[in-house]
Amino acid sequence: MIGGIAVLIVLAYIARLAFLQLMSDDYKASADNNAFYNNVIYPSRGTIYDRNGKMLVYNQPAYDLMVIANELEGLDTLDFCRTMGMSREQFDARMSQIKDRNKNPGYSSYTQQVFQTQLSAADYSVLQEKLFRYKGFYIRSRTVRKYAFPYLAHVLGDVAEVSPADIERDPYYEPGDYMGKQGIERSYEQDLRGEKGVEVLLRDARGRIQGHYKNGAFDRKPKPGRDLTLSIDLDLQALGERLMEGKLGAIVAIEPKTGEVLCMVSGPTYDPRQLEGKERGKRMIEMGKDPLKPLLNRAVMGTYPPGSTFKTSQALTFLQEGIITPQTAYPCSRGFRLGGFKMGCHGHPAPLPLVPAIATSCNGYFGWGLYHMLNNRTKYKTIQEAMTTWKDYMVSMGFGYKLGIDLPSELRGLIPNAPYYDKAHGTNWNAISVISISIGQGEVLLTPLQIANLGATIANRGYYITPHVVKEVKGGALADSLLTKHVTKVEPKYYEFVCEGMRKAVLGGTCKGAAYLPFEACGKTGTAQNPHGQDHSAFMGFAPKDDPKIAICVYVENGKWGATYGVPIGALMMEQYINGKLSPSSEAKAEAFQHRHISYEARTAKEQKKEKSKSER
Amino acid sequence: MNGEKLNETTNKGIFLSLDWWTIILYLVLLVWGWFSVCGASYSFEHPDLFSFEEYSGKQLVWIGTSVLLAAMLLFVEKRFYELSAYFLYGAMMFLLIVTIFIAPDTKGSHSWIPLGAGIKLQPAEFAKFSVALAMGKFMSRYGYELRRPKDFFTTVGLFIFPMLLIVLQRETGSALVYLAFFLVLYREGMTGSLLFTAFAAVVYFVVGIRFGEDMIGQMPVSVGEFSVLLLAQFFTLGMTQVYGQQWSETRLMLYVVLIADVLAFLFSKFVIPFDVCWVLLAVVVLQAIYLVWLAVKRQSWRHALIAAFALFSASMFYLCDTLLEHLDDHQRVRIEVLLGKRDDLRGAGYNVNQAKIAIGSGGLAGKGFLNGTQTKLKYVPEQNTDFIFCTVGEEEGFVGSTGVLVVYLIFILRLLKLSERQPDTLGRVYGYSVSSIFLFHLFINVGMVLGLTPVIGIPLPFFSYGGSSLWGFTILLFIFLRMDAERNLKRQ
Repeated sequence: MIGGIAVLIVLAYIARLAFLQLMSDDYKASADNNAFYNNVIYPSRGTIYDRNGKMLVYNQPAYDLMVIANELEGLDTLDFCRTMGMSREQFDARMSQIKDRNKNPGYSSYTQQVFQTQLSAADYSVLQEKLFRYKGFYIRSRTVRKYAFPYLAHVLGDVAEVSPADIERDPYYEPGDYMGKQGIERSYEQDLRGEKGVEVLLRDARGRIQGHYKNGAFDRKPKPGRDLTLSIDLDLQALGERLMEGKLGAIVAIEPKTGEVLCMVSGPTYDPRQLEGKERGKRMIEMGKDPLKPLLNRAVMGTYPPGSTFKTSQALTFLQEGIITPQTAYPCSRGFRLGGFKMGCHGHPAPLPLVPAIATSCNGYFGWGLYHMLNNRTKYKTIQEAMTTWKDYMVSMGFGYKLGIDLPSELRGLIPNAPYYDKAHGTNWNAISVISISIGQGEVLLTPLQIANLGATIANRGYYITPHVVKEVKGGALADSLLTKHVTKVEPKYYEFVCEGMRKAVLGGTCKGAAYLPFEACGKTGTAQNPHGQDHSAFMGFAPKDDPKIAICVYVENGKWGATYGVPIGALMMEQYINGKLSPSSEAKAEAFQHRHISYEARTAKEQKKEKSKSER
Repeated sequence: MNGEKLNETTNKGIFLSLDWWTIILYLVLLVWGWFSVCGASYSFEHPDLFSFEEYSGKQLVWIGTSVLLAAMLLFVEKRFYELSAYFLYGAMMFLLIVTIFIAPDTKGSHSWIPLGAGIKLQPAEFAKFSVALAMGKFMSRYGYELRRPKDFFTTVGLFIFPMLLIVLQRETGSALVYLAFFLVLYREGMTGSLLFTAFAAVVYFVVGIRFGEDMIGQMPVSVGEFSVLLLAQFFTLGMTQVYGQQWSETRLMLYVVLIADVLAFLFSKFVIPFDVCWVLLAVVVLQAIYLVWLAVKRQSWRHALIAAFALFSASMFYLCDTLLEHLDDHQRVRIEVLLGKRDDLRGAGYNVNQAKIAIGSGGLAGKGFLNGTQTKLKYVPEQNTDFIFCTVGEEEGFVGSTGVLVVYLIFILRLLKLSERQPDTLGRVYGYSVSSIFLFHLFINVGMVLGLTPVIGIPLPFFSYGGSSLWGFTILLFIFLRMDAERNLKRQ
């Protein structure tokens, strides 16, 4: 009986051995994987150019220090530590970190493990001379991202080592790999990264490389990443960043016909070269603590009241809905007055029809327009229905939802709808409660990108292409969603009146500061009240009027009047783009604006105090 | 003067009647084992296989001393063991108890006593022979009756006691080896139903844990629970037939079981889905009640015991989960990995997976002596000791590893044959103990390397590196060979 058990066990084990050793190729393949050495070859990451072919981001060799723990015998540790500028304790701590299988699951004392990534050039040159003395240490070359210019940090983003969560999400990555973390480095990661290659090397029992397995039949060449050409015009971007120096806010310019973003400035910005190499983590933390939030891309993540730039969208809605005709004139006695209610306005002749109302940015006109729309019970059964109609127009113009630009973290802004007000006021609300949305105040919030896109829609007389910052993926294609044409609910003929109004604004209205331009520029100012103190200064425009090449939004936080910062900066930007350069007088003006800084100290101090008291509570 | 002469002739006779087959197999395993230790520990930076700095050199010392020890043991008469069996047992138990308190922490276990000069001793490896001797002596007592509960439980206690002590040393693996003594008891007349119950418990455990969270189709029924209860029903049926020998009773039970199960299953599948297991559980309880009724009616203990078996079986699924929760984390993970519930190739499953890869890569003829890349590059942990069979598999391939298994099989079968030819209970019990211990080690150690049994850290005799285990097995074996050589001597 016991003998029988013994025979059965041995037979079962022989069968298992036969399965493992003779039949199953799986384990043989795994053994190949393991016994043979897979040498990963990293592809070069795609290079990034601006729309005129200027190289913006490229790769530079960098060196990682690798260690094979098993070969460390006889290492002069003290000498090594001195060379590396580390203490004995740091060395020991790092080694035990490497050997901890929980933190470093692939650890083997016989294979190369990362001791330190991205040696500085200085460390590398010192180390290289002495490396022969440090048995067990090896250099692995990698590449790091280099930035040719100090501009465009928010759009470009950066790359950094993958986190365990990234590896979990996409098994392509292995510990020590790099991936895009922000900006287009992140949104175009799949194109930029290329594909890692591998050399399957044969090792003998001593771990020595014997050559390629099956003459390299299983080797895979790395596929280099795809190069990107941005739609950004670097000169325009550089001017924009100069003009925004010392100011919070954003400038976004779009080519109306294509939706290509020509520049995207967010102030304050930073020099992308600061994030190169090992310093990235430290710098990121520092900038994260800065109360002015330089890491925030205000062009797509800042949501602001659009102020009077929004009136254009109102005019279009009222025209299409038949609430007004171009000839309709509304009274304005220094504002919109009804009973005891008043929404103020500046002094101008009244009553005005549409075109001059836009040119002079008459608050009364648009207040009355919305009032008549919301209270029109022949067209809409309830105020809710009127409000919903209004909201649909706004959404068709690209407000209230993300536009879908090819950058991460875009915000959607806010367009209130009927349920929103029902919730806020009960059903007990009327046209007067919401009247300020007609002049781009109240609950309405747009991103500078959405305001610029409004400019593009008007320039195109009724449509826009999804704005995007990448013009071309070499050897690839842009996503269809970036080339989609979105038509608004307003017919082109009505757009002509708005264009006319915006042209008049430049010629003799609120945008007179742009009248000097040698082409037909159109514009609309915005002066937006906000809870942060002084009014925000905004400008939305496009040029030339009949064959628009550029649509633009300038938004300067706490810049007071639209005409103070918005108009002159917008004018300079349009001049730069259309003429390719600034005239000498404009150059002098640009110089002056570059050095005209706005103080945000009082505001940030107040906000920090508020936050502090909030957290204390 | 006369006595002296007698001794001389006896020793001469002993030499002639020694079982040389076993000794040759022992030597073959020793040499083969040494080459495997070389393969597993060889490092190209230190190529001297005979250097005492290396495992291979040290193992050579252990082998040499083991052979010496073996030769010396051949001069110790069986009578000595007969007289001192209990004393040896007591001394070893004392050593085991002392070890719990004085042994320093070695990877969480308190079973190694440092002797200085870097040499450590593991008393658990030496205790086996004393337990076997004590059992043999106790069972050869006049009037011993295994089936008498008092005798049975005392015998079981003889090996459960050291087992508990070793568990207290946190060497659960070594402790489990003592379960091999149940095989000896079986040979000596213990009822097979106990072994069957143990077997059934293992099956319940494996099935219950493995499929506990799977569901049958769209029904709210756990595959594991369902299977365990179904097995419980049919095992009970089988035992009722085998031990009751009344087909009419078994048939009645069979019909009830079949009808109730099928009806419940169909009702759940086509009418209202519910947890069928409640019905199955009720059926098992019904079976138990029926068996109790039969026991009372017939005044039969057997039926009462089968009823107990039925209830034990039914509770197994629920016990399994509780048991699993009370295991240490690393033990639970090992079991879950083995049962395929976890696929943790970087963590607990790492050893076993690497072992399988190393063996699989050996192919038919292996990669050759010292050419195993898997083991050389240290992908396999513990490859000198518990995972030594990997090296055999990788360097010697299917041919070599099958060879080792076959030699082992012959070795064990030969020991069983020797045990059967013993003239007395002491020799037979001791012989079966030796065979069962070797079989258990082979079963668990090779099984774990092949991914068939849980990872329990016990050595492969004569192959795994280490002095304690080699000495322990040598002592175990050569006491028996000397006993066997005395088989033809007339007893005074």
